[in-house]
Parts: sequence; C-alpha cells; structure tokens
Amino acid sequence: MKMMTPNTEADLAQIIASAQGPLHLFGGGTRPIGAPAAGEALSLSALSGIVAYEPGALTMVARAGTPVAEIEAALAAEGQRLAFEPMDHRGLLGTAGTPTIGGVVAANVSGPRRVAVGACRDFLLGVRFVDGTGRVLKNGGRVMKNVTGYDLVKLLAGSYGTLGVLSELSLKVLPAPETVTTLTLHGVDASGALEAMTRAITSPFEVSGAAYLPGDAPRALLRIEGFAGSVGYRVERLKTLLADLGEITQTDTPEQSAAIWQAVRDVDTLADCPTVWRVSMTPGAMVKGLLPALGDDPGPYQLDWAGGLCWLGGDAGAADMHARLQALVADRAVNGGGGGHATLVKGDAALRAAVPVFQPEPAPVAALTRGLREKFDPKGILNPGLMG
Amino acid sequence: MDMPAPNPAIMGLKDRLVARLLAVLPTDAVIHDEAETRAYECDALTAYKCPPLAAVLPATTEDVSEVLRICHEMGVPVVPRGSGTSLAGGALPTADSVILGVARMTDVLETDYVNRVIRVQTGRTNLSVTGAVEEDGFFYAPDPSSQLACAIAGNIAMNSGGAHCLKYGVTTNNLLGVTMVTMDGTVVEIGGAHMDAGGLDLLGLVCGSEGQLGVVTEATLRILPKPEGARPVLMGYDSNEVAGQVVSDIIKAGVLPVAIEFMDRPCIRATEAFAKAGYPDCEALLIVEVEGSDAEIDEQLGLITQIARKHNPVELRESTSAEESARIWLGRKSAFGAMGQINDYMCLDGTIPVSQLPYVLRRIGEMSKDYGLDVGNVFHAGDGNMHPLILFDANKPGDLERCEAFGADILRLCVEVGGCLTGEHGVGIEKRDLMVDQFAPHDLDIQMAVKDVFDPKWLLNPAKVFPLAASAARRAA
Repeated sequence: MKMMTPNTEADLAQIIASAQGPLHLFGGGTRPIGAPAAGEALSLSALSGIVAYEPGALTMVARAGTPVAEIEAALAAEGQRLAFEPMDHRGLLGTAGTPTIGGVVAANVSGPRRVAVGACRDFLLGVRFVDGTGRVLKNGGRVMKNVTGYDLVKLLAGSYGTLGVLSELSLKVLPAPETVTTLTLHGVDASGALEAMTRAITSPFEVSGAAYLPGDAPRALLRIEGFAGSVGYRVERLKTLLADLGEITQTDTPEQSAAIWQAVRDVDTLADCPTVWRVSMTPGAMVKGLLPALGDDPGPYQLDWAGGLCWLGGDAGAADMHARLQALVADRAVNGGGGGHATLVKGDAALRAAVPVFQPEPAPVAALTRGLREKFDPKGILNPGLMG
Repeated sequence: MDMPAPNPAIMGLKDRLVARLLAVLPTDAVIHDEAETRAYECDALTAYKCPPLAAVLPATTEDVSEVLRICHEMGVPVVPRGSGTSLAGGALPTADSVILGVARMTDVLETDYVNRVIRVQTGRTNLSVTGAVEEDGFFYAPDPSSQLACAIAGNIAMNSGGAHCLKYGVTTNNLLGVTMVTMDGTVVEIGGAHMDAGGLDLLGLVCGSEGQLGVVTEATLRILPKPEGARPVLMGYDSNEVAGQVVSDIIKAGVLPVAIEFMDRPCIRATEAFAKAGYPDCEALLIVEVEGSDAEIDEQLGLITQIARKHNPVELRESTSAEESARIWLGRKSAFGAMGQINDYMCLDGTIPVSQLPYVLRRIGEMSKDYGLDVGNVFHAGDGNMHPLILFDANKPGDLERCEAFGADILRLCVEVGGCLTGEHGVGIEKRDLMVDQFAPHDLDIQMAVKDVFDPKWLLNPAKVFPLAASAARRAA
C-alpha cells in the first residue's frame, strides 16, 4: 500500500491542507477499530521520539508516532509507568506492527487499572494536532493542573483522528509500585464475582485491578500494588473481607501477577472469537441487567473494571447480535438509568461496514457531535465515517 | 478589566422578559427589583460589580430549559451562577444579562454504593456531597478550599481542583455524567454512571467550559471509599531551591502523597502572626500528607523523612496525634485569611513545571520589589499549581491597577516557563485578556468554534474566557 509518511509536523500540515479527498490515518496500524475507512493512507509513524521527560514532575512529552514500547522503556528506567495501562490490541485483533502512543490516545485505550486511576484521557495533559484544514493547533500543556480555556485535550482523546491528526502529546506519568500481587477467588459465578469486586473496590485497601474470568475454572482476580509492607497488609485485610465468598489463593511472584493482568488487559480469552464487543455500563447493570438479558449462555466474555467493562465474543457476521446488544445497553430497564455503550471492536469488514460500530447517540448529542466535526474537519477528510 | 457595554435594546425588554419568566417560574424565583438584583452584582472577584437585568432561581432542569428558551428567543444573554465563589469573575453579570442561579437545586437524586456514584442537582455544595455519603464511609475527592460554599455547578464550570488532587485528580477526573441545558433550551444527557464516552468525549469538553456551552443542572459524580487514615509531616528549609528539590526527590522515590503544600517566607510570617501554628521562621516550608493504615503511613513517611533529612531541614516535624496533625495544617489553612488580615489581596493560580519553581519564586520576588507590592506564595507543589497572593490597598488610588499589572506579569512568567495561566480557578474575566499570551489566534479560534456549536448566538456567559477583541465579531453576530 502506498502511504504518505510526513517527517515533520509542518509536512503533515501541508499534506492535510492540500488534500483533495479523504485521508485514512495510521499510527502503527495495530488497531483497525471503526467502520472501514476509505482514503489515501497517511502514516504518523515518522513523527516519532520523546521530546521531554521530567521524572520529578511526572510528565512526558512525545511525538504521536512514538512506539509505546519506547515510552514504556524510558519510564521504566526511572521507575515510572503509564498508569492507565494501555491495552495492546495485536493479539485480539490479529494485527502486526508497532503500537504508537498516538494510536493509544486516538482510541483512548486504557487497561484494567483504569478503574482505580482513570483512563488514558485522564492522563493526557496536552496535545498538538492538525485540524482538517491544515492548521497546527495546540491545547492543554505539560502541567498537571490546567483550566486555561476549553479542554480540547479530552475531546481529541478517543476521537479516532476524526477531529484532528495528533502530532505531539503530553502525558502525566506515575511511579511504578515496589511490588504487586494478585488474589484469586475461585469458583464464583458472575454475581459472586460482582460481590467480591464491589467489596474490594469499596474498601480502603486500594485494589488496582478487579476482573472476572468465567468458564471452566471461573475466578475473580484482584490486584494489589504498592510498597511491600503495605501490599502485605492489604492482602491480609482483603482475604478476611472476602473469606466467606470462596477459596482464595495468592500469586507467588510479581511476574506471575504481571502475566495474569497482561492477559486480562489484552483480552487473551477472546482472541479466537471472530467478533468482539466492548461494553461499558455500571457494574451492577452489567451483571444484574445485561448478562441475564443475554440468556442462559451469553457466550464467551470477561469482566474488567470491577464489572464496569465487559468484553463479549460472538460469531462471524453477527449483525443481529450487534443490534440486540446496542439496544439492550440503551434500554433503561437494563442499564438502570446509568447509561452505557457497546462498541464493535473486532469484526470482519462487511459487518463493520453494515452496522453502527459505535453506540448510536441520542439526537441532541448526535447533533453536537456533528456540529463539532464540521468545525474541526469542514472538508470531511479525516477518517470520514470511521465513527459513524 | 473592561466588560462590553450593555445593549440598550435588550435592557428595554426588561418588563416583557420578567413577565415571561414569571409565567414559567414562581414569583419568588424571579428577582427583578433593582435593590434585590444587587445581591448578584459580583462573585468573589469583588473588584468588579454590575447588577444584572434580573436573576432567576429555577428548581428543576425543566425550569432551566424554560428560562433559557425564553432568553434565547428574546436574545437576552444569560450568566450561570453556582454559589458565586469564583475568584476569576466567572459569574460577573452585565447590565443586560439574566443571572441563572442554581442555588435552589440542591437535592441528592441518587446514591449508589455498588456502582460508587452519587447523582446530585448541581446547586449542591461540594462539601455537602461528601456529607451525603461520609457516614457510609465514602467521600467526593475534589476539595477546593471554598468547598463549604462552592457549588458543584461552579466546580464543573471551572474544573475545580483542591489540595488533594495530586492523588485523586480534579473535577473532570471525578465526573461521570451531566444533564445539561443548551442555550436554546434543549436538554442533553452526556455520559452516565458508566466509565468513558461511547463517542466523542463531550463530557470532558463541557467540564471547565466556564458556563459557556450549557447550564449543567444535574451531575453524576464518582465517590470513593475513605482511606483508613492520613497524617502530615512538616519540613522547613532555608532555600526555595532545596525545598523544590525535596518535592522532586519525593516524587521520584515512588511515593505519591495525597498533598504536597508549599509556603514561602512572607506567607509563613503572615500566617504565624495570625494563626500561631508554631511554624519555623524559614525560607520555605513543606507539608506532605500521606494516607493509609497506621503501618502504611509509617512506611511512606519513613521514606519521605529520609529524603527530607538528606537535604538538611531546619525543621522536620512528624505528627504523632490528631492534634499535631491539625496544628501542622492550621497555618496552611489560615494562609488566605492571614494575608487578608494584612491587606486586600489578589490570589493568582498559574501553574508551572515543578522544576521551574526556584526560578519563578526568585523572579516573583524581584518583581515584587519593582512593583512595590508584597507577595506571599502558598501552593500545591506536587502539581506545580501556584497561588501567589499579592497584597494591595483597595482604597489607595492606582493600587488595584498596579496589582493587576503585577499579577499579569506573574502569569506571563508562568506561561514563559512552560506552564499556564490558571490551574484551577478558571479564566473568567480576570485572565481573559492574557489568553493571547498562552494561545496563538488559531488556538483560540478553534475553542470559539466549539462555542459556536453549542451556543451559535453567543448568549451564554459571552464576555468571559476569550479576549473581548477576539470574540467581538461572534458576540455581535
């Protein structure tokens, strides 16, 4: 495939300013989420490199095409990390290539720790981007507290390149913990897991991950991170708190823990499913509303975010299931008034072209969304149609 | 600071407007008597005052929708108001505007511990949100120092922070959903009780938009389990550089305190004279607080004091009791009051990269001499959010203007070293004309284009955030 690959932000702006038709944006090309986008391929991979990193201020500035691995390595060298734990989509989506930080931000990708510390968008301090007319714009900055003007930083996060092409990002980072361990509660069903995850996450004993894997050996997983003394203390308190719910075991090493949570993060359990949805609802609505509504066998799934996130696997070309799922999520009788959304993260191109990949929005919200797109991309050339 | 001249044609509509508002609201919810509208002439930026054309106090989202629809039809500007504690003039009216106050909308609509959320009407005060859940062991994390009085509506408008946001984030990190009414009266539900947006993150856009995109009437907020305990340690140093280095070293060591507060010598002296907290007379003072069980606190404070000692503190005071903790916080919490005892003051809130701290403090000291105005610095050091308090005498002709010029220079300095104009107070009218120092014209234009989408006629809080010259064409259209 012929691909334009600008080396500088100025070149990027020039390409967009002079574009005659749609552009299809790529970071590392590892996350083909959304309706199949047409257009000339534009890669951001050459806009790469860490621009500034100040460990004492917990901030990093990097160009959008910088590989996530490069950023994580630089942070690890100073005992720090991206706390929102971005998922690597390659296993689930069967893609190759190099995940980039721009791709992470464009899709607002977070992992299991999101439930405790916030999403990618919560750690994004500033952006530089090129809008659909070729203007280079900036918003936010590289300090942790900033309310100067409108927060376009959050608007750009998760906009999949449809409002502007990210060129540079400023991130808040956090210290990596001294140690980590995982408690596993065995033999629980979804309701039991919800009870365990809720007790844990509403306790003062700070868990940084709460997930549920059903199947032949159903189990709830709780992650505890921090200084060794503190982790030891919290583990004991949590064991006591959950003792009546089933058998609890603990990992022996931090490496075991890391492997467990990487698998949860990357949704390894659903890697073989041709179709995968990602559903966000309140934990209560997910377990008491959505899962029962899907029938006796909801199919393969896993819960994360203490039950607030469900990954659901389906058959190839499951358009009916897709429609049903988005209708259920929007139904107040199912979502309990807390709202939610279901996104088709994985599916063949025909399915992604045929259905609304993202949860359809109520008319007033859709009108605002449309209005914003017209302002940021008046020519309609940035990943047009990708988000519907 | 200028405000646009009121439009006489709109002021001429007053009787008809009031009659229409009275048709949809109870009599006592429409304030139009000239003496009574004075109660809404300013917020906490009291140097600027102007009574509005009228003020309304709706009780429900439907009321708000009716009011906005009427004002929209009649082309009357609306200035939303929470509790009026803005230090930036965010709720300052013009003579041709209607104040829309949410003070009567204070209900808790839903408390849900399984899903860890509370849904409230936005006139509810920040502290009373925590008050509604604390008996059950929960709290709402953002804690601006005005939390006893300030409303959630204003917190959302300004994306308020507080002393503990190093660990817990600011309003936008703790807000899950809003019910908002746009200027034409349309009720919009954004987000919910679930996590993250399904489409574009409009919630993130609305939070911090200073009441210019819509009036937020209800909010779903994340609540958290209370920590088992918290304990501060106080340390004094004889130079700002060293204190700045201590902050950086603590963060680099992997400890994440809930708060790192910093006071400089002028501020220490003023608070000592006022509150007698027993602070050492030194150049820089840090208060670092950590949370957890007793043992966890000991573990973290052990690391922190080890770092502190390496830098030769003139004083290092660990708390061993609730009384000692309270004494350590006493001076910090009295700092604003103490400065107010000396004189009138203006409180700024620029943010800087932490590494620039010593340089910025030195420059502020030099500027203080040039302007002949004293300044004390107290701020959230962990996240670089400064609060220089400039002392002036409001009764002395020219002093306010000198103070404002000094303040503007400090904020320009914050931008120059890689920071920003405001960390948690908002732009309002106070920093409106400095926006050009932080943003290029295009950067401001795209923000104003966002307002065009939500409020095409620019009727909602129109004279705020953007330099008047930059927004003039849009406001006139």
